[in-house]
Amino acid sequence: MENLLNWLDDRTGYRSLVKNALYERIPGGARWRYVWGSTLMFAMFVQFVTGLVLWAAYSANAQGAWESVHYIQNVMYGGWMLRGIHHYMAQVTIVLLVLHLMQVLIDGAYRAPREVNFWFGLGLLGLVLGLSLTGYLLPWDQKGYWATKVATSIASMTPVVGPAMQQLMVGGAEYGHHTLTRFFALHAGALPAGIVLLIVGHVYLFRRHGITVPKKAAEKPDGWFWPEQVLKDSVASLIVMATVLALVLWNGGAHLGAPADPTEPYAAARPEWYFMFLFQWLKYFPAGWEVVGAQIIPGIAVGMIAAMPIIGKWRLGHRFNLGVAASLLLGITMLTWTAYAADQADPAFVQARAQAESIAERVSELAGSPDGIPAAGGLAMLRGDPATQGPIIFEANCSICHQYNGHDGLGGTPDDEPSASDLGGYGSREWLTGLLDPDRINTPEYFGNTEHTNGRMARFVQRGIAGFDDDQRAALRNVILAVSAEAELPSQATADEADQDAIREGRIAISSEAIDCTRCHTYADVAEGDVAPVLTGWASRQWIMGMLRNPSHPLYYGDNNDRMPAFGDEGILSEAEIGLVADWLRGDWFVPDGN
Amino acid sequence: MSDEKIEPPAEPRRSFLTSMSAIVLGAVASIVPVAAGVTVLLDPLRKKETASAQVFVTRLSAVPEDGSPKKFTVEMDRVDAWATYSNTPVGAVYLRRTESGDVAALNVVCPHAGCFVGLAEDKARFGCPCHNSSFDLDGVVNDPSSPSPRDMDSLAVDVRNGDEIWVAFQNFLPGRHDKTPV
Repeated sequence: MENLLNWLDDRTGYRSLVKNALYERIPGGARWRYVWGSTLMFAMFVQFVTGLVLWAAYSANAQGAWESVHYIQNVMYGGWMLRGIHHYMAQVTIVLLVLHLMQVLIDGAYRAPREVNFWFGLGLLGLVLGLSLTGYLLPWDQKGYWATKVATSIASMTPVVGPAMQQLMVGGAEYGHHTLTRFFALHAGALPAGIVLLIVGHVYLFRRHGITVPKKAAEKPDGWFWPEQVLKDSVASLIVMATVLALVLWNGGAHLGAPADPTEPYAAARPEWYFMFLFQWLKYFPAGWEVVGAQIIPGIAVGMIAAMPIIGKWRLGHRFNLGVAASLLLGITMLTWTAYAADQADPAFVQARAQAESIAERVSELAGSPDGIPAAGGLAMLRGDPATQGPIIFEANCSICHQYNGHDGLGGTPDDEPSASDLGGYGSREWLTGLLDPDRINTPEYFGNTEHTNGRMARFVQRGIAGFDDDQRAALRNVILAVSAEAELPSQATADEADQDAIREGRIAISSEAIDCTRCHTYADVAEGDVAPVLTGWASRQWIMGMLRNPSHPLYYGDNNDRMPAFGDEGILSEAEIGLVADWLRGDWFVPDGN
Repeated sequence: MSDEKIEPPAEPRRSFLTSMSAIVLGAVASIVPVAAGVTVLLDPLRKKETASAQVFVTRLSAVPEDGSPKKFTVEMDRVDAWATYSNTPVGAVYLRRTESGDVAALNVVCPHAGCFVGLAEDKARFGCPCHNSSFDLDGVVNDPSSPSPRDMDSLAVDVRNGDEIWVAFQNFLPGRHDKTPV
């Protein structure tokens, strides 16, 4: 073994390299205050390792990015942990960088001869922020998509070259596949390469100039980098790692929103917390001053930091620099705090965030359904989900007249009293029981604010049913079960199965003398009256879709249609949208096991 | 890692030619991959002018009669790098019946920084959820402290065959006073 190592040393000189690397003399001995640079090295190491493995599972295209990240997060063994570490270490890195920078400023370690190394450090800070910015987009979820749109918009404000810059970043006129390929090339290629180069330069210059020793430590005996300082560095790195693990576990891994959708509003669009001060800052610049707020003033601030080694040469220069740094830090903290306070105090934002969260959870459920994520991607999957799309379509198109369990579909309170029936639970026994209740049919819940309030149905319920004897009541009960069974609601499948006999009797009773629905309604092959909506397949998917296409169709209300538009025939809603509303009203959507 | 002192070669005049040749030839060789790379990197600048395409959005009956705006998704064919999508959602517009009986269309994208402008709950104004830009129902900036440099981007509307609403859909660069197509 010894011979082998001697041979290797002879050919490579590795011993002197290791010796140079490890046996660095530390004036005044190893100290805890020297660990910050090493923790940053450790953070970079973690990001390289986790990033490389994430890369091995990530697909940089608009139809595969969200999908592949979802797969990493939810299917791959330990994927959520890996992504969580990468995500939270990125944030801890920012904190460590700021601490490191602050320490360098306070100790005056940026002054001659260390100017160049200070600039290397600033360059590293810039590259790390670049990594954060590009990394935020890569999952291609709503959050990253909208936040990054703001970032590229700001780039486009740059005088003269702005539009070209934006186009080069985005990889074309609009966000798409090439936006991801480019951001990924920056995130995983160009920026890390720059970081490696700058770290090499940074460490080389650091070794060249030696550590900045605080005055009180100067009299203490010297120590060595290995193993005394390395032990302290290792402990500090372990604490950093433990902090990140705690963050990952506490938050259940990194968040993944719903897939990016340029056509859906995302009122919860916010950058990462360390960019929130810039976000807030932009609010203060009225029209015409955007460039000043977004570029010129931040540019001046960065310029002042970069000029610190030069300013520091003058008498009082160091104090001036410290004053600048403290003001910046204070300003940034206040802006950040204001931004979060403003959001918390804004009910619209709180609601938007809750809605975004519930959609994100729903997407995850859908991805776990037996159908899984289709080749068309996660967004197409979400767009075909009645549970989330139904309420949106209902709110936009139906809630002007109808309510859904007293709200507008999305949980909001409508301005006006409903002018048509409440469709919550439509098709169910309960809904039908209410309609056939003499006390309820003419309330706003049913026909109250419609023309039907004076119609034959209302008259039948209020005069006929009100005077039913016990036998007729029993028959009516069976009719309700039978008509409701036509809907074949998923939520009622068990009950319909259990009440088979009653339903069979109810079917006969529909056209019996005692109840006689078929005087007006068509049912099965009995079509005597045919002036009211058909009861065959009532509230089934087909039935509701037909009603939405054209309520004035002879099968439905015919000439008795009140004010309901022909959503299909008039082209207000597409077939797909009509199907989504029908499925949603019927409660027919994928529900994961255990719910 | 030897500490021997390195002496520069003698006869600097002759070596001048050598060094210049070394630099020039090396640079010429290196410029090839760099130029090839930069050329491809700049490809997005070589864009075709995106003419605004007339696209069918909805029918007149779908636009609220009370003059309040309503959001509509715009679906059209789109080429995204290597993939062609037919009839895919590419953006959204607010449609609204104006007092004069026409239909007006506004692109939902905020002219300030590109967020999705929302409709206030009372449907009486538009507000951006990002930096609080505020617009009236015609899309005109209605608050002097609004950060938006211009009004919301109006789009030309063409009503065909009596009730088909066709919109000249286009996106514009945010953060500028003038409406520059993307």
